[in-house]
Amino acid sequence: MIVDKIKKRESRNDITKKSKIDIPVGKWIKCDKCGEIVYKEIVRSNMNICPNCGHYFRMHIGRRLEQIIDEGTYKRFELKIETTNPLGLEDYPKKLKSLREKTGLEEAVACGTGKINGEEVVIAIMDSGFMMGSMGAVVGEKITYSIEKAIELKLPLIIFSVSGGARMQEGIISLMQMAKTTAALTKLDEAGLLYISVLTDPTYGGVTASFASLGDIILAEPGAMIGFAGPRVIEQTIGESLPEGFQTAEFLLEHGFIDKIVERKDLKDTLSQLVKLHKKRNFGDGGKNFFN
Amino acid sequence: MDSNKLTAWDVVEIARNPKRKTSLDYILEIFDEFIELHGDRISTDDKSIVCGIATIDDRSFTVIAEQKGRNTKENIERNFGMPNPSSYRKAIRFMKEAEKFNRPVITFIDTKGAYPGIEAEKKGQGEAIAKSMFEMAKLKVPIISIVIGEGSSGGALAIGVANKVYMLENAVYSILSPEGYSSILWKDASRYKEAAEKMKLTAKDLFELGIIDDIINEPAEMDEETFTKVSDNIKEHIKKDISDMCSLDKKDVVEHRYQKYRKIKGFMEV
Repeated sequence: MIVDKIKKRESRNDITKKSKIDIPVGKWIKCDKCGEIVYKEIVRSNMNICPNCGHYFRMHIGRRLEQIIDEGTYKRFELKIETTNPLGLEDYPKKLKSLREKTGLEEAVACGTGKINGEEVVIAIMDSGFMMGSMGAVVGEKITYSIEKAIELKLPLIIFSVSGGARMQEGIISLMQMAKTTAALTKLDEAGLLYISVLTDPTYGGVTASFASLGDIILAEPGAMIGFAGPRVIEQTIGESLPEGFQTAEFLLEHGFIDKIVERKDLKDTLSQLVKLHKKRNFGDGGKNFFN
Repeated sequence: MDSNKLTAWDVVEIARNPKRKTSLDYILEIFDEFIELHGDRISTDDKSIVCGIATIDDRSFTVIAEQKGRNTKENIERNFGMPNPSSYRKAIRFMKEAEKFNRPVITFIDTKGAYPGIEAEKKGQGEAIAKSMFEMAKLKVPIISIVIGEGSSGGALAIGVANKVYMLENAVYSILSPEGYSSILWKDASRYKEAAEKMKLTAKDLFELGIIDDIINEPAEMDEETFTKVSDNIKEHIKKDISDMCSLDKKDVVEHRYQKYRKIKGFMEV
């Protein structure tokens, strides 16, 4: 459902597959909002934003890390795990293998520690290029591990979400990742640590309905599509078309679920600012010297 | 019907049968006393989730249950047992009350899923489910959940983060409906029977996966006598668990619940 829609958008994005104009493979990219063919290097140097219309392209984990984390400070968590393929689907392991080769990613999320303008954090970043960022056991474990690491290291946690939801191929095991990640966040909450959830396009289903919605502070990129049920499912269920702007970051802000929409160029500074603000002395731990 | 010979799809059909006993049927049968209480204290009283205080012997419990209608009129009133965000927020209110007054929580799960609708999204369906699980995960009283019919998706799990989870033999619990599953995975909604077999949605499958703690036996077709037996069986499970968990302190009750989910694997070291 959601995944279909997203895939469609992705294939529209993929200029190397179907292009009316004969352009060198891999050097150009078509903006799926304004339709302009733009030089990839320019998009890249513009934080993966269309120079023509300002549309946000989805970002590879590597690019996001470059953008958010201070150079040379990222230390990935060494976590060598693979799915057991709990439903025994034949094609699933093959698909994972080919995706690993194609994307250079181990899974739909990467996690580690790093600094943002000098502020040390635990960071987990999802990638829509890997099975639409869906959450199976490995993604759930990596998110949970990151949360537990943040508690152990007493560091703030930042998660960049982009996901079609729980991963169908792992069935009920995927569903349980919602409970697992959520339960881990209760411990982070009790440890009094900051969790900032950053929602990027698209964030849906079991990810929205678990860790992505549980940030102390929830940020989103402009125009990001965010929801629980996918637009098509809702349309089919209620038998009417959806209002303009439904499930956009702006819609969620209006309805009280997001603290702030932050432009990509400001994300790094906003994150470090928020982390710094939470390092200030709190009432209760400063005693009489609260204002000193 | 011999319940050993049922296919996964047969079980789905039993679980969905509109004549199947609902949460309120079980609540009234299991507990000595039950008083339903209303309202989320935010904006509404949603009827797809029933909340209240109930007793067994001299012990009180908070009960939170997804409730399907037993006829068309009641189904409309109860949104066919598909909770809205306000339903979960109502549930959360009762969880917190349970904690304040040290009452164990018993939840009954029976839903096709959280309601997919415009208003539901506007009011934060995803957030409501997440918050409900969040509150359950850290609740300082024991929680027991029983899947009595359909346990579909996050809409079911939202009130199912528990110390002990049980399923009736012919209940199902899954990531979504077999129809939705085959439509998403194979782009072909007509392969729902095959999907049902693949999905590991029966009580036996979930027991083997370690997701539920026990299966409550029941016949494929239930009459009043077997209904009483099944209810008594649930009641015995509740009484035993609560007695066992009484000796734990509050922190250990939470940790016990945490470990239940922490140890669900599905991955391996490589």
